[in-house]
Amino acid sequence: MQHNQEKVIEQFQFKSEVKNLNFYYGRFNALKNINMVLHDKKITALIGPSGCGKSTFLRCYNRMHDLYPGNKYDGEIILHPDGVNILASNVDPIEVRMRISMVFQKPNPFPKSIYENVAYGLRVRGIKQRAILDERVELALRNSALWDEVKDRQHDLAFNLSGGQQQRLCIARALATDPEILLFDEPTSALDPIATASIEELITDLKNKVTILIVTHNMQQAARVSDYTAYMYLGELIEFNVTDTIFIKPKNKQTEDYITGRFG
Amino acid sequence: MIINILTYYQVIYCKMDSVNNLVQIRKIICHHKRWDLIFMITGIFALMIAVLTFIALFAHMLFDGMPRISWEFFTSFPSRRAESAGILSAWVGTTLVMFVTAVSAVPLGIGSGIYLEEYAPKNFITEIIEINVTNLAGIPSIIYGLLALGLFVYQLGFGQSILAAGLALALLILPVVIVATREAIRSIPITIREGAYALGATKWQTVSDHLLPYSSAGILTGIIIGLARAIGETAPIITIGALTFIAFLPPFPITSSFPYFSFEWLTAPFTVMPIQMFNWVSRPEEAFQLNAAAAGLVLVVMTLAMNGLAIYLRYRMRKNIKW
Repeated sequence: MQHNQEKVIEQFQFKSEVKNLNFYYGRFNALKNINMVLHDKKITALIGPSGCGKSTFLRCYNRMHDLYPGNKYDGEIILHPDGVNILASNVDPIEVRMRISMVFQKPNPFPKSIYENVAYGLRVRGIKQRAILDERVELALRNSALWDEVKDRQHDLAFNLSGGQQQRLCIARALATDPEILLFDEPTSALDPIATASIEELITDLKNKVTILIVTHNMQQAARVSDYTAYMYLGELIEFNVTDTIFIKPKNKQTEDYITGRFG
Repeated sequence: MIINILTYYQVIYCKMDSVNNLVQIRKIICHHKRWDLIFMITGIFALMIAVLTFIALFAHMLFDGMPRISWEFFTSFPSRRAESAGILSAWVGTTLVMFVTAVSAVPLGIGSGIYLEEYAPKNFITEIIEINVTNLAGIPSIIYGLLALGLFVYQLGFGQSILAAGLALALLILPVVIVATREAIRSIPITIREGAYALGATKWQTVSDHLLPYSSAGILTGIIIGLARAIGETAPIITIGALTFIAFLPPFPITSSFPYFSFEWLTAPFTVMPIQMFNWVSRPEEAFQLNAAAAGLVLVVMTLAMNGLAIYLRYRMRKNIKW
């Protein structure tokens, strides 16, 4: 009985479980039998050399692969608390994308105003009342540490912002809809070191508010921001553990080689 | 050539002597730059052939036609007397035919372009359709005229009317509009599209909220370029059977009694600018030649104005979009 209860509690700490996930681009097996978990309201980092399938894995989470022909999922990604398998063919990818937001590698604001960029996700969800939109846009901009910089020019074009500001705007856009999981696909690779620092700070601030999965090329970044780290290589999950353990005492030789810079 | 190779060797073997080396390199650069000059001169010459020919034609037409351009020229019907002949029925006909063409080609073309780019499954059949749409743009316009004659004029019974002519020209420019729409949509970065989908937008929301607004400049340019092509088309209109001499206007579309508008003008006989011109050119009298030049001038100005509008709109609408 006691044991059972522990199990239930443990289950609640998982926001998501990945079970035997295989992914195919046509015939190419890009992800091989991935098993891992996302801890609720924690930051999980995916590291590994280019082409190892980090981004492919991330994009499974919001069914981005459905946009292109010839892609096939196999296995399960369970989303808690309701336990739905978001890869199931009877689950609408649009529903998945409404629950799980994504921030892309390059800042990709729409050529609209700052306000409209943040409000778009809300409009898609059918929110039309100006007051609610105003409130949620402000909240999202505050949460992405952009409010003070843009509050007086919300109706300016988003393209007039700097690169770092644009990326924070994209984070605001993703946050506005109150997602259960926030995906980051190398969010700082197109930014300068100062903008990178501000984005990293923001991501750390978002911990405890939302579950985060972040792909990064930068190992220091993974070490700095994440609670858990997964090392991937050639489509396989080599090692997954608490970040400190991965960086200080990796169990796998390959992981150690990659982290110490002997390879990759 | 041989000297060239020799200099190269000299360069390699004279490496020890750096001053001498520099002199050699300068020589070689100078020699190679000669080709820049030769190409530039050839290019300017080729460009001048095109530009000067156009300027000469335009100047000739301007010289001949300008004296005939007057208010009366636009408000008079064609006449047997060259001095009192005008292009009223021609420019009204052209305007109405262009209106029918735009109204039918624009929604069809944009719709097809969006479907092919965003919705169509990427398979063999789609590919065949895509190739054929592109090829359609190269079919001689008289073929479209024959098609329209058989289909619109006889089969569907539209007669030799503005409607039949407008639809024939719509068919003619449809490939241009489709291709322009596809190109414009395709030029939107994939990250913008994915950004919209990632927020939970459906295909239609992505198209109507993002892809169409961001590509409207390109699409509009394509439409105007297509219409500018259609405005000068003569062959399909002749095939359909436009009248060459017409001294009345189609019925006015707005009427005084309920329902206050009428579509009678669609079935009216008509003429268009290039046919009016063709008619005058084929007359033996010198005076009519001047009329033709004046009509040609109006037509060229109309076409250039449309192209200018396309450039202006593209500039205006692209101003806020940078990628």
